[in-house]
Amino acid sequence: MSSRTRVAVTGIGVKSPVGNDIQTFWSGLCAGRSTGRRLSVLDGMDVPIDFGCEVTGFDPSEYLDAKSIRRTDRTTQLGFAAAADAIADAGLTDIDAARCAVVAGSGQGGTKSLEDEFYALVKGGYHRVNPNWVPMIIVNATAALVSIRYNYLGPSLAIATACTSGAHAVGEGARLIREGSADIAVAGGAESPLAPLTISAFALMGALSRRADDPEHASRPFDVDRDGFVIGEGAGFLVLERWDHAVARGANIHAELTGYGRNSDAHHMTVPSPDGAGARSCMELSLRDAGITPDDVVHINAHGTSTPLNDATEAAAINQLFGPRDLPVTSSKGSTGHLIGAAGAVEAVAAVMAVKEGLAHPTANHVERDPKCEIDIVSGTPRKIARGPVISNSFGFGGHNATIVFAPSSW
Amino acid sequence: MDTEEIYQAVSEVCAEILGVSPDAVTASALLRDDLGADSLDFAELAMALEDRTGVSVPNGGFAHVKTIQDVVDAVRNHEYPVTS
Repeated sequence: MSSRTRVAVTGIGVKSPVGNDIQTFWSGLCAGRSTGRRLSVLDGMDVPIDFGCEVTGFDPSEYLDAKSIRRTDRTTQLGFAAAADAIADAGLTDIDAARCAVVAGSGQGGTKSLEDEFYALVKGGYHRVNPNWVPMIIVNATAALVSIRYNYLGPSLAIATACTSGAHAVGEGARLIREGSADIAVAGGAESPLAPLTISAFALMGALSRRADDPEHASRPFDVDRDGFVIGEGAGFLVLERWDHAVARGANIHAELTGYGRNSDAHHMTVPSPDGAGARSCMELSLRDAGITPDDVVHINAHGTSTPLNDATEAAAINQLFGPRDLPVTSSKGSTGHLIGAAGAVEAVAAVMAVKEGLAHPTANHVERDPKCEIDIVSGTPRKIARGPVISNSFGFGGHNATIVFAPSSW
Repeated sequence: MDTEEIYQAVSEVCAEILGVSPDAVTASALLRDDLGADSLDFAELAMALEDRTGVSVPNGGFAHVKTIQDVVDAVRNHEYPVTS
């Protein structure tokens, strides 16, 4: 092990379609539970797709007072709650506020508020627009609210790299600790994109599954019958902590964040680079950063969106880098749908749980592997994995790539 | 609306928007110092009061209010604009 600053994961929290606490989330993933359904929020709307993956049973008043709820978009409410759960899980008390950072990813920010107030403007004129609109829709709203509520005085940053936002936030949070800017980084992502304009646009560009007659089985990563992703909402946050800081305060260490790679396809706004060259290179960068070889990796939590193109390209990239061997690959999106800017963070939490439990959860709805995806997909039931590094991939519109490596704390 | 009705509407709207107990909303209560209002609250109050009373106080119409009574006066003055 080099003398580089080590980064511990000491807290995790999620608000997701498959569960709002870690136990429910992980057991749902392991059961291969599917969450696609018709969205009542779209009732009466003229939309081409009317299903997605909602967070249910979430009450923001458990985390925020009435005024704060009125002044925040659902994206920020979900994000703040997941961050608060992660902070509680880490047991952070009596810490140096100036050494605490926040990094929050989101693809679009406060989507629902953004759309609602546009209608309000058109219908009632400018004086009917919510005066809280700007702080509700800005992409940095979640990062700001966490810093304000916890009085964290260190760097507070937002990252918007579409579907890679959450993974980039986690990786950049780790880098803040490595570079010495913070002892603790609360890092993750949040997104609530279930609003008519956004869903219509994603559908019109051909990204979404059209399986309206069977939404529960629409998100089916790497399956031969997949036809697009299922849009979802949620949030995931991790408390990252300088290793010796975590050890000194006797923190419970879930895993170590040992590597982070990020690069750009520099190819096309919505199409991955041919044969997954960018994805492959990104995974290689993460392994080099972790000081390991492809043979060391025991499990991959794939980006696996369930779109024809992503899954084939990602599978090709995995195949090229890791070769023909039994390397269990899963996609959490079979259960959660695609959480856009939250996806990479929620899946980072899933990867941490895989490291902790020694289990790869199955890819929900994966029935028959696409012959074009020549990788070992975990399906049906969870599979035991060896003690070792697990990687989590995220690739976003714009060609932004990120891979994070987690390892058991004593690996 | 008579003054009593306006006062009632202002009290209820302020308690709701500011998230304070109705008992705290007295005629002499200071919106900022006693009830914790900030600049965003004033914009929300204007909109909520318009919904409740039908009186539209123009942008900046609450700029100088300090107490609940000032809010009541502002609404009343815009309901019956003072002509000079």
